[in-house]
Amino acid sequence: MNKKSLSKQIYDARWCYVFVLPCLILTGMFVIYPIGMSWYFSLLDWSGFTKEAKFIGLQNYYEAVNDEFFWDAFIRSFIFMFGTVPVKIVLGFIIAVFLNNQVLKLAPFFRTVIFMPVVTAIAIIGIVMTFVFSPFNGPANKFLMSTNLTSAPIDFLGNPDTVLPTVMGVYVWKWLGITMMYWLAALQTVPQDVYDAAKIDGAEGYRLWIHIILPIVLPFAIVIILVEAVGALNVFPLIETMTAGGPFFSSEVMEIYIFRTAFVTDSGTMPRLGYACAAGVFWGVAVLFITVLQGLWMRRTRRI
Amino acid sequence: MSRYLNFIAEKNQVKYLIITIAFIIFSFFWIYPLLWVLSASFKTDFEIWGGLGLIPDRLVWENFERAWFGANMGRYFFNTLIITVVSVIIVVVTTGMFGYVIGRYSFPGKKILIGILISTIFIPQGYTIIPVFDLLNNLNISKNLIGLTLATAGHTPVIYILLFAGYFSRVPVELEEAAKMDGAGFVRTFISIMLPLTKPVVATVSILQVLHAWNDFLLPVVITLGNPDIRTLSVGVYAFKGEYFVDWSGMAAASVITILPIIILFLFMQKYFVEGVQGAVKG
Repeated sequence: MNKKSLSKQIYDARWCYVFVLPCLILTGMFVIYPIGMSWYFSLLDWSGFTKEAKFIGLQNYYEAVNDEFFWDAFIRSFIFMFGTVPVKIVLGFIIAVFLNNQVLKLAPFFRTVIFMPVVTAIAIIGIVMTFVFSPFNGPANKFLMSTNLTSAPIDFLGNPDTVLPTVMGVYVWKWLGITMMYWLAALQTVPQDVYDAAKIDGAEGYRLWIHIILPIVLPFAIVIILVEAVGALNVFPLIETMTAGGPFFSSEVMEIYIFRTAFVTDSGTMPRLGYACAAGVFWGVAVLFITVLQGLWMRRTRRI
Repeated sequence: MSRYLNFIAEKNQVKYLIITIAFIIFSFFWIYPLLWVLSASFKTDFEIWGGLGLIPDRLVWENFERAWFGANMGRYFFNTLIITVVSVIIVVVTTGMFGYVIGRYSFPGKKILIGILISTIFIPQGYTIIPVFDLLNNLNISKNLIGLTLATAGHTPVIYILLFAGYFSRVPVELEEAAKMDGAGFVRTFISIMLPLTKPVVATVSILQVLHAWNDFLLPVVITLGNPDIRTLSVGVYAFKGEYFVDWSGMAAASVITILPIIILFLFMQKYFVEGVQGAVKG
C-alpha cells in the first residue's frame, strides 16, 4: 500500500488538530509566549508600569551578576534545596515503609493526617506559622518553655541564623505527605514474594532490603528526587508569607529576589521589570541546566 | 493489587502497640498547627495567646463575622470559587481533548506537540509571571476575574494530559469501531463513547486542579496587586495580615474559611487526590 501524501494525512487528521487547539492556545498564551517575552523584557530598561522602555542589551544581566544580593539569593535557593530534599526523601521513605503495613490498622488514618498539610493553602500555612513561631507566646515557644527545653523564647523568624532552618522545616512539614505518597506508590511495585522473603528476621531481612528492595525502588527514587528538587526551588508563597525574605534579606531566595525587584516598592526603590526578567531568565536557565543534568543521570541509571 | 511488607507480625503485639502509639503521638504534633488555628478561630485574642489548650472557653462566632464581612473574605470566597470552578471546567475540557488525540491517534506533528509540552514541565511559575501580568494588561482583562481565571487554567501541568492520554490509550479499539459502524463521527465518538469512560481521570484531574486553583498564591497576588476587588482567599488573608495585624482571632477565622473547604473535599475524595499525586511518578 502506498504511503499517503502528507496533505492527505493532515486532512484525515483534521479533527485531531481541532482537538489539540484549545489546550495549545492556552499553553501558548500563558507558558510559551511568556517565556519568549521574558527573554525580550530582560534586554529592556523598563519599570513595567509605563510605556517607556529602552533597549539596553545585556546590561541587566551584567548588573545582576555583579549584585551580591542576587548571588546570595541564588546560593540560598540551593541551600534550601539541598537542605530539604534529602530530609524529605529519607523521612518520607521511613514513614511509607511503616504505613505500607497491612497489619497496622490505623495506617490509613496516619496517612490522611500526614497528607493534610499538603492540601492546605500554602499562603495560609505561611501566615499561621508566623503565629506558631512567634517569640511572643507563640505555641512553639510556649511548648519549648513549658518543657524546659529553652529558658528564653527563641525568635525563630526574627533571627537571621534561625530563619532559614525554620522555613525549611515548615516546607518539609508542608510537603512531606507528597513524598510519602510517591514512596508508597514505589513500594507497591515490589513483588509480593520479595516482601514475603523480607519477613525473615535478622541479618537476612536487612540484606534483602539493601540488595533487593532498594534496587527495585531506585528508579522511582530518581524520579522522586528530580520532582522534589525542582519543587524545592519553587518556594515563593511560603517564604513571602512567612518572612518576605527577611530579616535583613536572610531568607531571600531567588523567587523573592525577582518579586522584590519587579514589584515591591516598600524599600523606596523603583520597580524594574526588565531587570527582574533578566534575573528570572538567568535563574530559569540555571534550573533547566540542573533538570537536564538530572534527566541524563536518570536515563543512565534506568538503562543499567 | 496491593502489596504489603508486613514486618510487624500480628503475633507481636508489643511491637505493634509501640509503633501505633508512636504514630499517634507523631500525628498529634504533626496536625497540631492546623488544630491550633481551628481552635484560635473560635477564641478571643486574649485566649489565643493564653495557653496551648485547644478547647475554647466558648465559641466566639463573631470572629467569622468580622472576617467574612469586615475583611471582605465573603467576596474573596466567591472570587476563589468562581476561578476554581471555571478553571476546572476549562482544564478538564482542553486537556481531555488533547489527551484523547495524543493517546489514540497518530498524525503529522504529534511528536513536536509532545516535545513542546514536555519542555514546559519544569518551567517554574515565577519565570513566566511578569509577561503573564503584562499580557493580561494588554488584553485588558487584568482588572476582572476573566484574566485571573484564564491564567490559572493556562498554566496547566502536563501531568493532566498524560493522565488522560494514558487512560484513553487503554480503551479497546473495538469500541471505537463499533461507534464508527453506527455512523458516529470523530466528535460524537469522543463525547458519547470515550468521555463517559474516563470519569475516574476526570475526577482526578478536577481534584488536582481544584487544589491548584484554590491554593495558588503567586499568580493571584501579582494580578490583584492594584485590584483588591478580585483578590482570592489566600491573597485576602495575606492582605488581612498587613491591614489588621492585631486581629489575630479574625485572621484565624479567615484562614479557616480558606482551608476548610479543601480539607473537607480531601477527606471525602481522598482516593482521587492520592491517584493524582502518584500519577506523577508512576508514569
